[in-house]
Amino acid sequence: MREKILTFIEKNSRVNLKDLAVMLGVEEAMVANEIADMEKEGIICGYHTLIDWDKTSAEKLTALIEVKVTPQRGLGFDKVAERIYNYPEVDSVYLISGGFDFMVMIEGKTMRDVAQFVSDKLSPIESVLSTATHFILKKYKDHGSIMVHTTEDERMLVTP
Amino acid sequence: MRNPLSDKIVSIPPSGIRKFFDIVSEMPDAISLGVGEPDFDTPWHIREEGIYSLERGRTFYTSNSGLKELREEIVRYLERRVHVSYDPLHEVLITVGGSEGIDMAFRAMLNPGDEVLIPQPSYVSYEPCAILADGVPVIIELKEENEFRLTKEDLLAAITEKTKILVLPFPNNPTGAIMEKKDLEEIAEVCVAKDIFVLSDEIYSELSYKEEHVSIASLPGMRERTILINGFSKAFAMTGWRLGYACGPADIIAQMTKIHQYAIMCAPTTSQYAAVEALRNGDEDVAAMRESYDQRRRFLMNAFEEMGLSCFEPYGAFYAFPSIKEFGMSSDEFATRFLEEEKVAVVPGTAFGACGEGFLRISYAYSLEQLKEALGRLSHFVARLRAEKEAK
Repeated sequence: MREKILTFIEKNSRVNLKDLAVMLGVEEAMVANEIADMEKEGIICGYHTLIDWDKTSAEKLTALIEVKVTPQRGLGFDKVAERIYNYPEVDSVYLISGGFDFMVMIEGKTMRDVAQFVSDKLSPIESVLSTATHFILKKYKDHGSIMVHTTEDERMLVTP
Repeated sequence: MRNPLSDKIVSIPPSGIRKFFDIVSEMPDAISLGVGEPDFDTPWHIREEGIYSLERGRTFYTSNSGLKELREEIVRYLERRVHVSYDPLHEVLITVGGSEGIDMAFRAMLNPGDEVLIPQPSYVSYEPCAILADGVPVIIELKEENEFRLTKEDLLAAITEKTKILVLPFPNNPTGAIMEKKDLEEIAEVCVAKDIFVLSDEIYSELSYKEEHVSIASLPGMRERTILINGFSKAFAMTGWRLGYACGPADIIAQMTKIHQYAIMCAPTTSQYAAVEALRNGDEDVAAMRESYDQRRRFLMNAFEEMGLSCFEPYGAFYAFPSIKEFGMSSDEFATRFLEEEKVAVVPGTAFGACGEGFLRISYAYSLEQLKEALGRLSHFVARLRAEKEAK
């Protein structure tokens, strides 16, 4: 049941609980309890809105930063990650396999904002060996949603 | 000038859906619960195989029966899903949609005067196709109290010495009815005893929400007297690719292939390559779509319950068939007024046979938002009709 709830709300977190319960064929209270439990257990970590900022007049810029670090003795990568993810301007941090260690996503208003974050905050962290910053020029698809065009129902209204 | 037309063709009435389609197309802002096709796009990996086949220049004809690798995949799929085995070389024909298979089977099997038993309400093409093949359609009226299943008694009552084929359209369009194994066993027994062939239209086989779909061809004594029709339209959301297949005894398939060869040549090559991919790697897509339809099915049934609309629970396809008998108007009147007053298109039950009177076909192959909007309007309309009735 949990997996079914998660699969549904991952795509549509705004569904009302009554509708979701009807669709899954269970009581509304059960769905509400499961969701509450999963929030407590940290399985559901938040409800966000997917926004295409490019279609607004707001100035937003997203960058992906590859970071190479020296893991700290006894603490591994986690302690270094903490130093990075505590900055509020950091959107996400992933430990990565391959040529570098962390992938850091950051949102800023301008390139200068981002550059300043890298030079003033990220690079000076002791364990950070090197960084490589990539600015996102265009978002085609985010969280499973295609952002460059909307799909309409083009089927004929009545068919046998 | 002489009459250019065939009397037989002219005598066949146009589909009951046609009339409605014409009214709806005049109404650009209408919304609908009237479609007979999935709301999903064909899964991308399947579309991509179609595109690759075009890029590689696979724009030739295939053999009349269809690509050998596709026929082999179909045989594997049927073994895996309904546990019936066919010989890919002699017992499988790839057709242009399931509809072509129905037409070919009638033409290959019927002699003038042979009777074809057609349970109704059912898909619109069985009756005309039987007539086109010089058969005599005999309608079996399915009943709501039997959840629109075909019973042994109804079948026995319709059989005469001329009965040759029974059409078995389950899971059913428009009612959403299914036939479970126990129901099919009773029918199979009669067919064997009375030496009747079965045209089993299983196009909605993957959309079965109670038990796994059972094919009558898998029951004892039935494989040799069943033509199994299926296709890619509903299970894989591939309606526009126009691809289906027919499986059955080699002597019948050989004759069907002959007609297909002269009339059609072969099914579209691009679609055939895409279909190979669908059968090899599409099981997960099918399961995900089935789950999604099932969720919306429950949502729809709950909405009917809340507005007090009587409807037996459908366990197949993506249709529900609610009764509107309480309003004392015909299906056609109800659907026409609903369209004019609330701008929602539904299909009157009578489009699928006279015994569909008093019912509507409601499709749930829509997004949750679309369903909510349309069902909100239905609820509103139903309340108004009840108030009108009260006032009288």
